[in-house]
Amino acid sequence: MIEKLQEIKEGAIKKISEVSDLKKLDEIRVAFLGKKGELTSVLRGMKDLTNDERPLIGKLANEVRELIEDELEKAKKGLSGLAREHQLKTEFIDVTMPAKRANIGHRHPMNVVLDDLKNIFIGMGYSIAEGPEIENDYYNFEALNIPENHAARDEQDTFYINKDIMLRTATSPVQVRVMENNKPPIRIIAPGRVYRSDEVDATHSPVFHQVEGLVIDKGVTMADLKGALAEFARELYGEKVKVKFRPHYFPFTEPSAEMDVSCVMCGGEGCRICRGSGWIEVLGCGMVHPKVLEMSGIDPNEYSGFAFGMGLERITMLRYGIEDLRLFYENDIRFLKQF
Amino acid sequence: MNIPMKWLTDYVDIDSDIVTFTDAMTMSGSKVEGYEKLGEDINLVVVGVILEIKQHPDADKLVITQIDVGSEVIQIVTGADNINVNDYIPVALNGSTLPGGLKIKNGKLRGIESNGMLCSIEELGFTTEEFPDAPAHGIFILDQPYELGMDVKKIFGLDDIIVEYEVTSNRPDCFSVLGIAREAAATFNKAFKYPEMVYEEIKGNPSDYASVTIEDEKLCPRYIGKIIQDVKIAPSPKWLQQKLRAAGVRPINNIVDITNFIMIEMGQPMHAFDVETLEDKKIIVRKAKEGEKIITLDNEERTLDSSMLVIADAKKPIAIAGVIGGNNTKITDKTTTILFEAANFEGTSIRLTSKKLGVRTDASTKYEKYLDPNNVEAATNRACQLVVMLGAGKVVEGVIDVYPLKRLPVTIAYNADKINRLLGTNISEVEMVNIFKRLEFSVNQEARNVIVPTFRPDLSCEADLAEEVARIYGYDKIPVTLATGTPTVGKKSFKQKIEDITHIVMEDCGLSEAMTYSFESPKVFNKLNVPEGHELRNTVAISNPLGEDFSNMRTTTVNGMLNALSTNYNRRNEAVKLYELGTIYVPKSLPLTELPNELLKLTIGLYGSCDFYDAKGVIETLIEKFGFIDKISYDPKIEVPFLHPGRRAGILVNGNKELGYIGEVHPTVSDQYEIGERAYIAVVDMSLLIKYANLDHSYQQIARYPAVNRDIAFLVKDEVIVQDIENILKQRCGKILEGFKLFDVYKGAQIEEGYKSIAYSLVFRSNDHTLSEKEINKVMSKVVNGLEFDLGAKLRQ
Repeated sequence: MIEKLQEIKEGAIKKISEVSDLKKLDEIRVAFLGKKGELTSVLRGMKDLTNDERPLIGKLANEVRELIEDELEKAKKGLSGLAREHQLKTEFIDVTMPAKRANIGHRHPMNVVLDDLKNIFIGMGYSIAEGPEIENDYYNFEALNIPENHAARDEQDTFYINKDIMLRTATSPVQVRVMENNKPPIRIIAPGRVYRSDEVDATHSPVFHQVEGLVIDKGVTMADLKGALAEFARELYGEKVKVKFRPHYFPFTEPSAEMDVSCVMCGGEGCRICRGSGWIEVLGCGMVHPKVLEMSGIDPNEYSGFAFGMGLERITMLRYGIEDLRLFYENDIRFLKQF
Repeated sequence: MNIPMKWLTDYVDIDSDIVTFTDAMTMSGSKVEGYEKLGEDINLVVVGVILEIKQHPDADKLVITQIDVGSEVIQIVTGADNINVNDYIPVALNGSTLPGGLKIKNGKLRGIESNGMLCSIEELGFTTEEFPDAPAHGIFILDQPYELGMDVKKIFGLDDIIVEYEVTSNRPDCFSVLGIAREAAATFNKAFKYPEMVYEEIKGNPSDYASVTIEDEKLCPRYIGKIIQDVKIAPSPKWLQQKLRAAGVRPINNIVDITNFIMIEMGQPMHAFDVETLEDKKIIVRKAKEGEKIITLDNEERTLDSSMLVIADAKKPIAIAGVIGGNNTKITDKTTTILFEAANFEGTSIRLTSKKLGVRTDASTKYEKYLDPNNVEAATNRACQLVVMLGAGKVVEGVIDVYPLKRLPVTIAYNADKINRLLGTNISEVEMVNIFKRLEFSVNQEARNVIVPTFRPDLSCEADLAEEVARIYGYDKIPVTLATGTPTVGKKSFKQKIEDITHIVMEDCGLSEAMTYSFESPKVFNKLNVPEGHELRNTVAISNPLGEDFSNMRTTTVNGMLNALSTNYNRRNEAVKLYELGTIYVPKSLPLTELPNELLKLTIGLYGSCDFYDAKGVIETLIEKFGFIDKISYDPKIEVPFLHPGRRAGILVNGNKELGYIGEVHPTVSDQYEIGERAYIAVVDMSLLIKYANLDHSYQQIARYPAVNRDIAFLVKDEVIVQDIENILKQRCGKILEGFKLFDVYKGAQIEEGYKSIAYSLVFRSNDHTLSEKEINKVMSKVVNGLEFDLGAKLRQ
């Protein structure tokens, strides 16, 4: 019996050491440890042993079984490792083959920039105001301190529907409507389409977009205007951008200014985009004219405010280095996909 | 406005370099667009004198000259035939450069050494029009023996810098050398030197020569006439010609040059009439008669109308006021007595006349800006002083000055505290007063007010004074603060949020955003198959459009979208998916008496690797996002003229409200837009979308009981639409129907002609128990009954 067990042990160890795949290893397990296996049949013969022999043989048989089980386990681990190794060696794909991309669409570049502007100003406490594109003379001119025969009316080359109704030449009429309908404090931006009689070329379009802003409160100063717009410029163009305010003229603000930023292309060194000056004009602004406040029902002795306006096409062209404004309205998918 | 530095510095001392000067001018409000240093491309061209001229031995047309250029005598071979010994000429030395990038180097001409070049006026960058005396293509002979070796740039006024200013429309005074000089003086805190205007006059009485009557005071607030006798028309002296050339004006003769000079220097247009040509010695400023004609100085016959102001004599118009003179009274070589006109006209009238006639002159451009009537007198005096100085004639004492509408200076109160409060500064009152004085305001410090000169019509209130203080003090010195005040919360409206989400859903669906024009040609309705009389044709029309293509405010966004698809198709871009959030303009009534409705529309357009159901999918994805997909049904019977009649559907909310439509573009319309593939369009009304959109829904519990699946297949007639089938499924199954999916539609073999086989997979689930076989069977038989009864369906086994 002892010899038999010894034989089984050696036989099993030998077979296990020779096995080369997991299936065969399982066959070995069955052959030795299965219901009809060699070791099992030896253990079945235990009942024929004497009481003295039984514990001895039983212990030995258990040792053999455990040993075989250990060996099987070891072999299994080894073989699994080999098999995984083989799998990993043989499974190979060309990772440079085309990806399966999600086919998402693209926002128009002007709206990418407009979203940025909206977020900046919302962060500064502004809301977004809207108004009609087809406007009355009163809102487009009169209430903005541009009376009949004012030179500014000619400069703006207006599209008229009739004597009193026209396509708005700026989004400023929205400011008037907001002032008429709201009590200060007012902080809004008014983005939208505006119209001027300019022939289409690389830098002009009879339809274009403006973003204007208006702040009215007690004690608003020109220093506040500089602060708000400098902050805006830093948000839009980065911390390093420099701003410069120059005097200018608008009928609806006094004092009026234009804001230049250090050239976004060359950083102020001077390049083709800034025509060597290192500065780029980005917006017009000023303190709201007391007459404009008054006409909209706001007491200029109690309140003051500032307004600003910029061309979205221009800001977008500067951001992306786009040189021809016509691309914005052509809608060539190869253009749109870049944003 | 281009102003030469040399002219400017006649009236103000500027010691800064050009960069500092232009920066400071920009910062004080006279924006400098740029500057040009004249003669920058001319180097090493000096005065020389010809000592000797000899024939070239090997070339008939060449001569060999010896030229003294001061430091040495050099030999130059030239083909010029207009030179003589002792002529002073411009000599380009070895290594010199000339306009156009020409470089001169020592070399040999037909074997003879030549060490430079003699220059013609063209070679120095001028034209013979600017120098009428210069021989065409001949060497330019200098008018006097300048110092040998001296740089010729000085002689030609090329040592100047021309500065271009952007003058804003509120500052008509700055359209002149004096105006900018005055600004420069204020900017640099220097004295402003007004030109001297002392001149001798001869005895006489202007009224013996002419009389002036103004019939329309509003359009002509002032008219000055000054008589010059014994006029001698001749070329102007060199200094005057040089000044005009530097300012970009071609010298003509002394009288014309003087009027141009006054216009540039003082910003006041002038005109000269030949007094002898005046009928009845009369000058009448009046409105033109309808249809009246005049031949103007440019030899064009102009027909006038009664809105236009003319200068007339007793019989006929002799000038279009403020715009252009007439041929009938112009100065000629025979003119002996002239009347200088210096007048003030109303800006808008000049602008409209100039526009109507299509004549824009330097004078009309100036008058349009509303000039100061009080500048007229000074301009007259300056002109007379020049006439005497140039010996162009004798000034007759006295003046005809008709000034019915006087412009008086305005007094404006100031309060230093209020100005500081507006600016956010802390500028002392003393400093403010100083600034006012620098700007030539008279300050009454006790009363705290200023009297502003009449050349500053832009100033009328304290805010205007605040700007004057700010711009001279320096915008850059105003502090930078973040507004304190009452805080506000920045936010978007519900409508704006819905629009934002719409953008996101469209892009998630693979559509890219387009932007198209708001106006279009009325012809697009023909392209879109829209019949005559259709409501889409009721458009808001622009009365002064840029052209037919931009003449009507759109009543549909579809033309814009189809154009975008067409552009892409023609550029061979494959599989294009676009969307636009754009406005249409719908009149409440025509002609327009009140503002039209402006309606926001979502428009999608697709072609390439897609079909109707892709377009429908985009719209349903959007509607599902907004939580009202359950309310949606489709109406295949809508009339949309530009959609394929068998492939279009109205999108209905609650079975009646039309949210929009989806469809395949009508093949005829596709052809008209040159889109060579089937294209799909959908339009959704954003205001209705916003009305039904619901972003605040509550959470629905997820059922824990198992689902049961059942498939069902049946035959129906071809014309039965699945929407009707699905309505039956929903009605008959009730609450336990969790979902259904159409998985097969089949026609062909084994299916009876005129029928189709439809197969659905249904999913049932209950929230509160596991469904029994019995329950399911009961529901299924209700479904089958419904299908059979309502739609004549035959169950397939």
